[in-house]
Amino acid sequence: MSDLELQQATAVSAASHAPARRRGRMPRIGTVLAAAFVVFLLAATVAPELVATQDPNEIAPGDAFQSPSLAHWFGTDESGRDVYSRVVAGTATSLLIGVTATAIGLALGLGLGVLASFGGRIADFSVNRLVEVLFAFPGLLLALLVIVVYGPGPVTATVAVGLSTAPGYARIIRGQLVAIRSSQYVEAARVLGRSPARIISRHVLPNALLPIFVLATLGIGQAIVWAAALSYLGLGAQPPAAEWGAMLAAGRTYLATAWWMTVFPGLMIVGTTIATTVLGRALTRRGRGER
Amino acid sequence: MTPGSPTDERRSIRGATLRRAGLLVAGAVFVLWAVATLTFFAIRLIPGDPAQAILGGPGSQASQEALDQVRRDYGLDQPLIAQYFAMLGRLLTGDLGVSYALKLPVADLLGAQLGGTLLLAALALMLAWILALGLAIWSTGRGRVASALGEGVEITAAALPHFWLAAVLIAVFSVGLGWLPPVATGTLAGFVLPVVTLAVPLAGFLAQVMRESLLDAMQQPFVVSARARGESALGVRARHTIRHASLPAISLSGWALGWLLSGAVVVETIFAMPGLGRTLLQAVTLRDIPVVTGVVLLVALVYVLMTVLTDLAARIADPRLRQEAGR
Repeated sequence: MSDLELQQATAVSAASHAPARRRGRMPRIGTVLAAAFVVFLLAATVAPELVATQDPNEIAPGDAFQSPSLAHWFGTDESGRDVYSRVVAGTATSLLIGVTATAIGLALGLGLGVLASFGGRIADFSVNRLVEVLFAFPGLLLALLVIVVYGPGPVTATVAVGLSTAPGYARIIRGQLVAIRSSQYVEAARVLGRSPARIISRHVLPNALLPIFVLATLGIGQAIVWAAALSYLGLGAQPPAAEWGAMLAAGRTYLATAWWMTVFPGLMIVGTTIATTVLGRALTRRGRGER
Repeated sequence: MTPGSPTDERRSIRGATLRRAGLLVAGAVFVLWAVATLTFFAIRLIPGDPAQAILGGPGSQASQEALDQVRRDYGLDQPLIAQYFAMLGRLLTGDLGVSYALKLPVADLLGAQLGGTLLLAALALMLAWILALGLAIWSTGRGRVASALGEGVEITAAALPHFWLAAVLIAVFSVGLGWLPPVATGTLAGFVLPVVTLAVPLAGFLAQVMRESLLDAMQQPFVVSARARGESALGVRARHTIRHASLPAISLSGWALGWLLSGAVVVETIFAMPGLGRTLLQAVTLRDIPVVTGVVLLVALVYVLMTVLTDLAARIADPRLRQEAGR
């Protein structure tokens, strides 16, 4: 989760006083397309053999470097493997990495956010300073530091991306929790003598759930991009794997002759990021009662 | 503090700005100290003997004497806390240690790379600003089609990963059309593709923020009165609302520069440009710890300086912020 998405999220909520345009009950066309793409990704994750046209690992040297055609929608790679089927086969890995990294970042961010907003002034001060310090490791820098310590590989890369997204989540979640904490229903619960633990679990977290879910949706795309960047740099999943970033890295050598080996796995990353962003925004609009 | 005469008020505002600057500098020093400390102790988590790493890893079969010698030279025989304070002391004098792999002072190594990377980042930041402002001004307040189109372009631009955008640009402009070199040549033409690669996704992010504040600014009374005076729609946008629209994006410039420096890791690697990013990647691959630490500290320094500068710049651009601090 980048700081900018944070800014976007706050900017969106700041603009919520603008009059909402009436658009009838139909969802936007972009939202529908994004939802359709996500359904495709989920199908490719759950049942890749149904979505793929061929065996992603079947080597056919005679068919190497075929440009896109009806038989091979996205062309073939240096071993004659079908790029479309490999992209489909890689969906599960790439999504798993993106979702896991986001979950790690959110869990840490939620922990820090709860600590900051309910742990008293000293905790709030410490968490804010910690987040500030972590922001001084921008983007991939924190991830690279984690990789130096624990060595490259898909698991480290996932954890590394999760860690580097945590400070952004922590800052937004803290802001939301502070707003909820000062709301009247929490005050009412406090007056009724409910314990802090009960207030957090019964009143605060349920109300924070939807905004956090929106954050996660917006963040998954960026997590996938970062994890793919690490794979591309040779620090995440390694080339024989059909992960999107690793496929891009493998296609790099053949860029001059076989552009499709690079273009299509990248399009999947871009498509996934766009789809999750569009859905996240649609959820945000729904959350404030627009269409 | 109640402002009496206008001079009093001005003085109190100036005092508040100075106080604010003092706070910012103290905060910056704290962040740098914390980054150095965090990095130092994180590095100690690395399994294996650092002396072995300096002598070329476990495969090098260094003799016991050589290992002892290296431990003495690098102060590794000292207790951890003594090493930590020695590191802080060296940092204060600008000494970042010696590269394990190249056996050169890290400060010299990075000093030679910093200029190129900062130039790349600065050019990319400028281009991103131009693109974002252009897109935001063009697409805001012109009805649904323009704003939907603008939003689509922003989301798409922000979703483009550097490594993929670079590859596509190379495929089109170097391999396909042959207009621009696929690797950085040190000439202006060699700079075009790396700068565009870094700028386009950033422009997507910035435009999203600018558009929100531009929409907000366009509902302000002064816009209506300017329109009533007979200014054209575009004139109002160019003269009156850009300043408002730029403010949140200005305060994001510190973040943006950090983001660009991190993006430079990918871009410099792909375009084979010398620079901090590529040096960092090589150091990560070789586990050249002093170099990694040095780059991290340098980027943190740039980020922190930029944050202080943007905060002060926002205060200069927006008098309201100064007054708030004065009361």
